[in-house]
Amino acid sequence: MEVEFNNISKRFGTVQALTDVSLTAQKGTIHGLIGENGAGKSTLMKILTGYQTKSGGDICIDGNDVNLKTPGDAAKIGIGMLYQEPMDFPPLTVLENFSLGCPALAKVRFKESLQHLSTAFGFQLAPHRLVELLTVGERQQIELLRLIHCQTKVLILDEPTTGISPAQKKLLFPALKKLASEGMTILLVSHKLEEVASLCDEVTVLRHGKVTHHTKAPFHFPELLQAMFGNVPEQQKKADARKTGPAAITMHSIETGGERQGLTLESFIAGEGEIIGLAGLDGAGQATFLRLAAGLCFPKQGKIEIAGKSVFLPADRLEEALFTDISLSDHFSLRDAGNSFWQKSKHNKKRAEKGINAFSIKGKPDSTADDLSGGNQQRLLLALLDPESDVILLENPTRGLDIQSGQWVWEYLTKTLSSETCIVFSSPELDEILHYSDRILVFYDGEIVLDSATAKTNHGQVAAAMTGVSTGKE
Amino acid sequence: MMGDIPLSVLIASVLAASAPLIIIALGEMITEKSGVINLSLDGVVLFSAMIAFVVAKETGSLTAGFLAGGLAGMTTGLIVGYFSIYLHLSQVAVGFALSLLCRDLAYFLGNPYSRVQGPTLLASKLPFYDALPQSLQKILTQPLTVHIAFALLAFLIWFFKSSRTGLQLRSVGENPAAAFARGLNPNRIQMLSVLAGSFLVGIGGAAYSLSLKPGWGRPQGAEGVGWIALALVIFGSWQPMRVVMGAMLFAFLQVCGIGLQGLFPSIPSQVFQTAPFPLMIFTLIFMHYSTRKTRKHGEAESGLHKWLGILFMSRAPKSLGKSYRQQ
Repeated sequence: MEVEFNNISKRFGTVQALTDVSLTAQKGTIHGLIGENGAGKSTLMKILTGYQTKSGGDICIDGNDVNLKTPGDAAKIGIGMLYQEPMDFPPLTVLENFSLGCPALAKVRFKESLQHLSTAFGFQLAPHRLVELLTVGERQQIELLRLIHCQTKVLILDEPTTGISPAQKKLLFPALKKLASEGMTILLVSHKLEEVASLCDEVTVLRHGKVTHHTKAPFHFPELLQAMFGNVPEQQKKADARKTGPAAITMHSIETGGERQGLTLESFIAGEGEIIGLAGLDGAGQATFLRLAAGLCFPKQGKIEIAGKSVFLPADRLEEALFTDISLSDHFSLRDAGNSFWQKSKHNKKRAEKGINAFSIKGKPDSTADDLSGGNQQRLLLALLDPESDVILLENPTRGLDIQSGQWVWEYLTKTLSSETCIVFSSPELDEILHYSDRILVFYDGEIVLDSATAKTNHGQVAAAMTGVSTGKE
Repeated sequence: MMGDIPLSVLIASVLAASAPLIIIALGEMITEKSGVINLSLDGVVLFSAMIAFVVAKETGSLTAGFLAGGLAGMTTGLIVGYFSIYLHLSQVAVGFALSLLCRDLAYFLGNPYSRVQGPTLLASKLPFYDALPQSLQKILTQPLTVHIAFALLAFLIWFFKSSRTGLQLRSVGENPAAAFARGLNPNRIQMLSVLAGSFLVGIGGAAYSLSLKPGWGRPQGAEGVGWIALALVIFGSWQPMRVVMGAMLFAFLQVCGIGLQGLFPSIPSQVFQTAPFPLMIFTLIFMHYSTRKTRKHGEAESGLHKWLGILFMSRAPKSLGKSYRQQ
C-alpha cells in the first residue's frame, strides 16, 4: 500500500510537534525517517497508527483519504507499528503476547505460527516464558513477529534494532528486505545512519517537526547529517586510558540466576578511575552483572564489595529510574530530601531550574518525567546523579539518544565528573564500547569470556567473543 | 470428622455456605482482572439481596428474584464503571461512597419486608440422585446456587486460560495502553467486565436472601461478606481456583465455629463467630512466609518452594485501580 502524508501537523498544548509534514512511502519500499531526538518522527508514526490524533492535514492510503481514529482502525487496513518502548504485557507469556490483537485471524494456530516465524528469523523465544523475564530486545522480537503474523501491509519500525544483537541484525535485515520486495511498505524510524543506508530505498529527514530533506539511495552521509543537526557533529578522538586506583568493585565466586543463563564468575575487580565496557549479546549476563553491582539483586552465592557510593542508571528509564507522574522539581526534592519533614518548594524549584539549565533539559520544573523525550530523561537522570559518586553503573547509557546527546552524556561522564570515578557501562553498540572504555568485558551465556584492556583488543576479537567463537561454543 | 458430625454433612454444609461467597468473589475477580476495583461490593451485596427478596416475594417467582438481584448489582456496576472509566474519578472513592449508600438504601427500602416469610430456594435432588452412593447423595443435594458457583468456577478457569476474550480482558488489566495500541478498546472491555462482575455480585447477594440466609432484616446476615470477598480476590491472586479455595476455607471456618459452639457451650458464642476472621489472617501470614524464598529469587527451582509459589504467590493485575485515558 502507498502511504501519503499531506501537511500533517500536531500540537501538544502549546508545543508544535509537527508542522506541515508531507511525505510519501511507496509500496514495496523501505522508507527511512531520520532526525534527532524530539524531531517528531515517533509522533508522526503514532498518528499513522491512530495511537495519537492529528491536529491538521490528512493521510491517504492508496489514494483514499482515511481517518484513523484508533490503532484498531489502522490494524484493520493493515497498518502495524513496532513501538520504541515495548508496548506489551510483561506478566503474560510470550505466546499470549504474540496472540493478542490480530482481529482478522481468530482461528489460526498461534503456537505453530510463532515457532515457524521465530525459526525463520533466528529468534529464540520459548512460548510459555513470561515476558517480564525477557530483555527489551527479545520483547521487540515478539512484537515484530506478531506484526508479520497479522499480515501487516504497512509496517512501522520505531528504532527496531534497540537491543537486537549484530547476529540477529544479520537475520533481520534481509528479512525486512524480503518483506518489502513482497509488497510490504516499511517505514523505518532510526538514529543509526548505517542501518538506514543499508536498508532504505528512500529517506526523509525531520528536524524540529519539519521535513528538511528528502532523498533516494545512494545516500550521502554529510548531507543527511547536515539536514538532521544543522551542523555535522564531529567524532572525537579517543581519550587516553585513565589511571587506575585501588579496587572500587570486588566480586568473588559469584553464582546467580537471572536472564537466560544466569551468571557465574570467578573473580572480578574494578579499580577507581576505570571505565569498563560490558559487551555481549542481549541477555548474555551484562544486565544481571550491573544489577548485582548495584545491589538490586543478590547472588545465590559469592561476595560483592563496593568501595564508596555507587549509583545505577538503568536502560528502562521510566520504568526503573524515574517517577512517571512526578514533576522535575519534585524529583530534585526527593533526592535532596534528607531528614527534613518539610519540603522547601521554592528552593526545590530553583534547584530544578538550575539542573534544567546546567544539563540543558528540554522541560520545565513542573513538567512530569514522561513529558520528556528519551534523551532528556537521560539528562534528568544525570542531573539527579550525585557527582561525588565513586562508582557509576550505566545500562545502555545512550539508548534512544541521537549522536549529539550521546556525545554530551559521555562528555559529562568523563570530563565533568572526577577522573577517579569508576564507570561501568553496558551497550549494544560495539563502537561505543570500543570508543569510550579503557577495559572491555565480554559476556557470553552468563560467563565473562573476554576481559581485556581496550587498547589490546579490536572490533573483530570482541565481536567473535560475543558470538562465542573464541570459547569453542557454537 | 469433627465431633459426631459425619464428614459428608460437614462437606455439604461448607459447600452450601461458600456458594454465595464464591459467586460474589468470582464476580469481583472478573472486574479486577480488567483493571477496575469495585469497592462498592459490600453495600451492593445487601442491596441486591433486598431487591431479590422483595421481587421474589411480590412475584412469587425465585427466578425473577435472582434476576432482579443480578440487575440491581449491574445497575451499581454501571455507576462505578461510568464514573471511574469514563469520568476518571477515583475508583476507591466512588466504590466506597456507593457501598455505604447501597447499604443504607437497602435497610431503608427493605424495611417493610423485614422479618416476613418469603420464597426460599431449597436443596434439590439431582436427576441421577438414586445412582449415587449415600455420602455423595448428601454432598450433592444442594440448592441450585451451589451448582452455579462451581459451574462458574469451571467456566472462568477456561475463560481466562483458553479463551480469546479472556486474554483480551487480562491484557487490559495489565497494560491498557498496549491493549489500545493493539487495536482493542480498553474502556469498553473494562465497562463490560464491570457489568458482568457486578451482575454476579448481585446474583450472590440474591443467593443470601433467597437461599443461604432466607429473608430480609437488619442485620440480614450478609453484612461484611463483600469485604471478605475483596480480600479473597487479593489473596487468591486473581486466580479463580485459588479464590474459590479461599472462600471455601472461610466457609469451613464458619461451619467449624457453629459445630464447636455445640461442643464447648462454656465458651462465649462470640469467640466462634469471630474466629474465622483472625484465622484467615493467620492463614495469610503462613502464605506470606511460605513463599518468601520464591519471591526473593523470582523463580524457584526446588520442588517444595516451586509448589508453594504456585499455591500462595499473589500478583495483582498491573494497572489495577488506575484509570486509563485513551489518547
